[in-house]
Amino acid sequence: MAEELLTTPLHALHRDLDGRMVPFAGYEMPVQYVPGVMKEHLHCRAAAGLFDVSHMGQVILRPRSGDVADAARALETLVPQDILALKDGRQRYALFTDDEGGIRDDLMVANRGDHLFLVVNAACKARDIAHLHEHLSRTCEVEEIADRALIALQGPAAEDALDALAPGARDMSFMDVATLGSDFGPLWVSRSGYTGEDGFEISVVADRAEDFARALLSHENVAPIGLGARDSLRLEAGLCLYGNDIDRTTDPVSANLLWSIQKARRAGGAREGGFPGAGIVLDRLATGPARLRVGLLPEGRAPMRQGTELFAAEDDETPIGTVTSGAFGPSIERPLAMGYVSIDHSAIGSKIWGAVRGRRLPVTVVEMPFRPATYKR
Amino acid sequence: MKFTEEHEWLRPEDDEENVVTVGITEHAAEQLGDLVFVELPEEGTTIAREDEVVVIESVKAASDIMAPCDGEIIEVNTALEENPSLVNEDPLGAGWFFKMRVADMSDLDAMMDEAAYKKFI
Repeated sequence: MAEELLTTPLHALHRDLDGRMVPFAGYEMPVQYVPGVMKEHLHCRAAAGLFDVSHMGQVILRPRSGDVADAARALETLVPQDILALKDGRQRYALFTDDEGGIRDDLMVANRGDHLFLVVNAACKARDIAHLHEHLSRTCEVEEIADRALIALQGPAAEDALDALAPGARDMSFMDVATLGSDFGPLWVSRSGYTGEDGFEISVVADRAEDFARALLSHENVAPIGLGARDSLRLEAGLCLYGNDIDRTTDPVSANLLWSIQKARRAGGAREGGFPGAGIVLDRLATGPARLRVGLLPEGRAPMRQGTELFAAEDDETPIGTVTSGAFGPSIERPLAMGYVSIDHSAIGSKIWGAVRGRRLPVTVVEMPFRPATYKR
Repeated sequence: MKFTEEHEWLRPEDDEENVVTVGITEHAAEQLGDLVFVELPEEGTTIAREDEVVVIESVKAASDIMAPCDGEIIEVNTALEENPSLVNEDPLGAGWFFKMRVADMSDLDAMMDEAAYKKFI
C-alpha cells in the first residue's frame, strides 16, 4: 500500500490550479502547473513566482531566560555560524553539523527579538526538531510551528505584489525579517528565498493561507510555480539542495560553504569551535579540503545529471568526482551542474570530462552563481 | 497512422515502400514536459524492436524512445538538435524523430490505430 502523503494548507489551491502533484519529502506537492517547468522558471525571473514551501519545518527557539542571546549561545553549540551577532530583525544561513563534520541539514535562522525562528528542510525536520530538543531543551523551549503555512514569493515583481497586501515589505532589505500586518493576520516575513531572485518568504496562519495565496495570485505578475522550476532556479543560483549537494558525507569546507562560517567561530575567533565536528571542520579549513563543490558547464546541449562521473581526461578510468545536481538552465539556455571534484581539478577554468550514457563529454569548472543574484541589499 | 503502447506514432510514407516516420504522441510530449535535449541515432544504424534509439531529456529527467520494430534508420530530424522544443510544439509534425525502413511491414498490423490509441490513453 502506498504511504499516506501529508498535504499543506494550500493543497486544495494546487488542485484548483491544475498542479501536477507528486510525492516529495512525505508530502503531496505540485511539481509543475499548466505552463510547465521552463515557462514557470522564466516567469519567476521576469515577474514573480509563488511557491508553496509549507512542507518545510518552522521552529521557534525561545530562551527560558527571556534573553535571546541565551538562545543564540545555545544554538551555536549545534551550528558553526555566529548567531550571537545576528541582530534583532535579521536572518542568516546556517548548518547543523555532526560529530564527523558532516552536514545534518541546512537552515535559516532569524532573530525575532525575544526568540529565534528557524526554517529547516522538510525531509530533515523531524530529526532536526528531535536534535534541538535533545541538546537545547535545558536553555530553550523548542516549539514546532504546525499551524502556519510558508509561502515564497520570488522575482522582480515580488516587492510590489507583497507590499500591496502587507505594507512595509518594500522597506525591507535582503535577509531582514519583520512581522507585517495584513488582512490575513500577522505575516512573518523575511526578504529571502532560494532562487537567486529578490523576494520574500512569508509565514501565514494556516486557515488564511489559501486566501492570502489567492490574493497574491490575483496580482497580474504573480504565477504559481512548482518544485520543478524551484530546483532549476536554485541550481542557476548556485545554491545547494540538501540530500543532493550536501549531506552527512560532505563537510562545510568541501561543500564550499565557508562563506557561511563567520570569523568569530573560526580558529582564533571570539567563540572558536564549540559545534559538533568543530575539530575536523577547522582542521580542514586550515589544511584545505581534498575535494570541493564546484559549478560545471557542460559543452553542448546534453544535461549532466546527478550521479554523472567526472574524469580528468577523456580516456581516464578513475573518476575525479561526481555531479550532485544537474539540469538544463532555462535562463542561461544551456545545461548546468554542480558536483564535487578533487581539489587538483577544482580551479575555475579546469577542463574535465563527464561520462554521459557511456560517452565522454567536455565540461568546464566555472564560478557560481551561473546567473547573478538580484537581492536588494 | 499507427500507435504503440510506448506512445510512439508511425506514419507510413506514401512515396517510399516500407518506410515509416516515427515520433511521439501529443499525450507523451505533454507528460514529458519541456524537452531540452534530443540525442538521435546515426543514419544507417540497424535497429531491432525495443532497442533504445533516441534519448530525450526534459528539464528534469532523461527518457528513452524504443525502436517500434526491426529495420534501419534512414533519416533523422536534425532540427531537433538545435530546437528540441519542436517535439512539444508539434509532436505529430515538425517534432518527428526519425524515418526507418521497416524489415517487415506486417509488424504494424498488430499496432493500435488512432481510435484504439485514444481508448488506450
